[in-house]
Amino acid sequence: MTEPLLEVKGLKKYFPIYKGLFRKEIGVIKAVDGIDFNIPQGHVLGMVGESGCGKSTAARTAIRLIEPTAGSISFMGKSLTAMSRKELKSVRKDIQMVFQDPYASLNPRKTIRENIGEALIFHQLVSSYEEQGERVAEVLHKIGLSPDVMNRYPHEFSGGQQQRICIGRAISLNPKLIICDEAVSSLDVSIQAQILNLLHELKETLNLSYLFISHDLAVIRHLADQVAVLYYGKIVEYRPTEELFQNPQNEYTRTLLAAIPKMKRKK
Amino acid sequence: MEPILKVRNLKTRLKIGNDIWTVVDNLNFDLFHGKTLALVGESGCGKSMTALSLMRILPNPPALPPEGEVIYQGTNLLALSEKEMRKIRGAKIAMIFQDPMSSLNPVYTIGNQLVEVAELHLDLYGTDALNKAAEVLTNVGITNAKQRLNDYPHQLSGGLKQRVMIAMALMCEPDVLIADEPTTALDVTVQAQVLKLIRELQEKSGMALLLITHDMGVVSEMADDVIVMYTAQGVEKGNADDIFFECAHPYTVGLFQSRPSLQQQRGKLQPIPGQVPTFQHMPSGCRFHPRCPYVMEKCKKEVIPDFIILEQQNHTAKCVLYDGTEESELNLTRLNKVKETL
Repeated sequence: MTEPLLEVKGLKKYFPIYKGLFRKEIGVIKAVDGIDFNIPQGHVLGMVGESGCGKSTAARTAIRLIEPTAGSISFMGKSLTAMSRKELKSVRKDIQMVFQDPYASLNPRKTIRENIGEALIFHQLVSSYEEQGERVAEVLHKIGLSPDVMNRYPHEFSGGQQQRICIGRAISLNPKLIICDEAVSSLDVSIQAQILNLLHELKETLNLSYLFISHDLAVIRHLADQVAVLYYGKIVEYRPTEELFQNPQNEYTRTLLAAIPKMKRKK
Repeated sequence: MEPILKVRNLKTRLKIGNDIWTVVDNLNFDLFHGKTLALVGESGCGKSMTALSLMRILPNPPALPPEGEVIYQGTNLLALSEKEMRKIRGAKIAMIFQDPMSSLNPVYTIGNQLVEVAELHLDLYGTDALNKAAEVLTNVGITNAKQRLNDYPHQLSGGLKQRVMIAMALMCEPDVLIADEPTTALDVTVQAQVLKLIRELQEKSGMALLLITHDMGVVSEMADDVIVMYTAQGVEKGNADDIFFECAHPYTVGLFQSRPSLQQQRGKLQPIPGQVPTFQHMPSGCRFHPRCPYVMEKCKKEVIPDFIILEQQNHTAKCVLYDGTEESELNLTRLNKVKETL
C-alpha cells in the first residue's frame, strides 16, 4: 500500500456545554470521539452516517478547520497538529473543500473569475491579472464549462453548473485532497450523475484523493474505495467498500443498509 | 372500482409579468381507495404544483385559477367557492409537506396546533379536543402523548415533527392524503419508519395516497401506480412494476441509468445529456427531444399524444417511438437494448 496522504489517529472533538451567568462548563458533547482513518494517495474514503453523527465535524477537525481536542493528524508525512497557523496556511492549498449547497458557498457579488481566481492570488500562484484569467479558463475547461462564462455571476447558473464551479474552485489550486461534504446531495439524479462522473474523471486525471461525506449509500458505493460508518462520533465499521456492502459486520451498518428503499417486483 | 378522486385535464398556469407559463400541463389521473399513486420527477417539473392545485392553495397572483376538473364525490373541486372548499381542505383531503420544521408554527405548542384542527373541522372543544389530539399522536406512534402536547416544535426531532404533521393531517380521517416529499428531509432509518407508519395508517383507514417524490427507491417501496413527470407533463404512466421493469419513455430510462446502483459498483454513470429546459425556452414538439438519444425528425414538430404500451395495464408513454412506423421500430430496438443493461 502506498504512503497515506492523510492519517488520523485518535481524533477527538468535544464541544463544551456552558450554563449560567458565568458560563460554567457543565459537560461536553462528544461530537467526534476517538476515530482513526487514513486516506492513501489516489483513494476515496467514504464517510456515512445519520445527520448529527459527526461526519462533517470529523472531516473538518481532521484538517484543523476546527481545532481538535485530542489526537494526531499527519498530512503527507507532516504533523498537522504541531503546525503553527502560518505553516497551516501553506498546507491549506493542498486540501480543498466542496460543500452541499453550491449557491451558498459561492460569493454572489463576485464573478466566476473572481470566485475561482481569488484563492490563486491569495496563495500567490499567479502574479498578474492575465495569468489569473488563463488559469481560470484552464480550470473551467476541466470542469466542462466554456471560458466565456468567466465574467458571469453565480446566480446565472443552474445548480449543477454551480456545483461544477465549486469543484473548479477546489481544483484550481492543484490540491492533493478534496473533502466533499454532501457535495451531490442537493442535486437531482440526472445532474448528480454528471457531477459524480466529473469527480471520478478529475480524480483519475489529477491524481486526487477524496474524503467523501454522504448519507446516500448508493453514491458512496459508486465512488468510494473504503467506507467508514459513523455512529455517535465513533467509527463502527471501517472496511473496503465491496466487503462492507457484501457482508456488513456491524449491527448499525446492517440497519442502515436495510433502511434503504429497494426496487423490487410486487407481483 | 370507482375512484375517490378523479383528475381530468388539470392545467395550472402562472402569470409573471406579461408571460404566462403552464406549470401543470393537462394531467389526468385517478386516486383509488387504499391505493398509492406516486408522482416522480426532477425538481421544477411541476410535482408540487400539481399537489397545490388540487388543494387550491396556490397564491393568486401569480397563479391563475387551475383549469380542468378535480372530481371528488361528484363535485368539481375547482368550481367550488372558497368557503365550500375550506370544509373539504384538511378534512377530506389532507396534505403533508416536505419540511416539517417550517410547516409547524414555532411559537405555538404542538398541542395548540392540533387542537386548532379539532376545533375547525370536528367541532371538538376543551378537553375533548385535547383528548382527540393526544389520541392521534398515540396513533402515529408517539409515546406519552399527553406530555408531548405541551412541547414546542423545536423540542422535537425531525422524525417526530414529521409524525406530528402526519397526525395533524390524519386527524379528520381524510379520504385523500397528499404527501409532498414527506421523507426528503429525514435520514434513511427515520425515513423507513415514517414510510412504514404511512403504509400502516393507509391500510387501517383505506385512504388514497398521492405521494410526491424524486426518490425512485421510495416510489418502489410505496406506490401502486406511478406518473413520471417532465417539464409540467406526465410523460409516462403505469403501474409500479411496469415503470420499474418495463419503462418505455426515454426519459424514464435515462433516470434509471443515471442512478448509482447499490447492488454493484459500476464504472461510469450515464447521465441524461443536457439540462432541463427552462419555461422561457421550452422546445417545440416533444419537450425531451433535445436531450433524447433516440430523437427523430417528427419528434421536433408535432405535439406528442400519449401512446398506449400495454392496454390492460393502462401503461402509456408520451413518445412517438411507439407509433409503430419503421423508423420508430429501429430506434425502439436500440432503447430496448439499453433497457436490458439496467
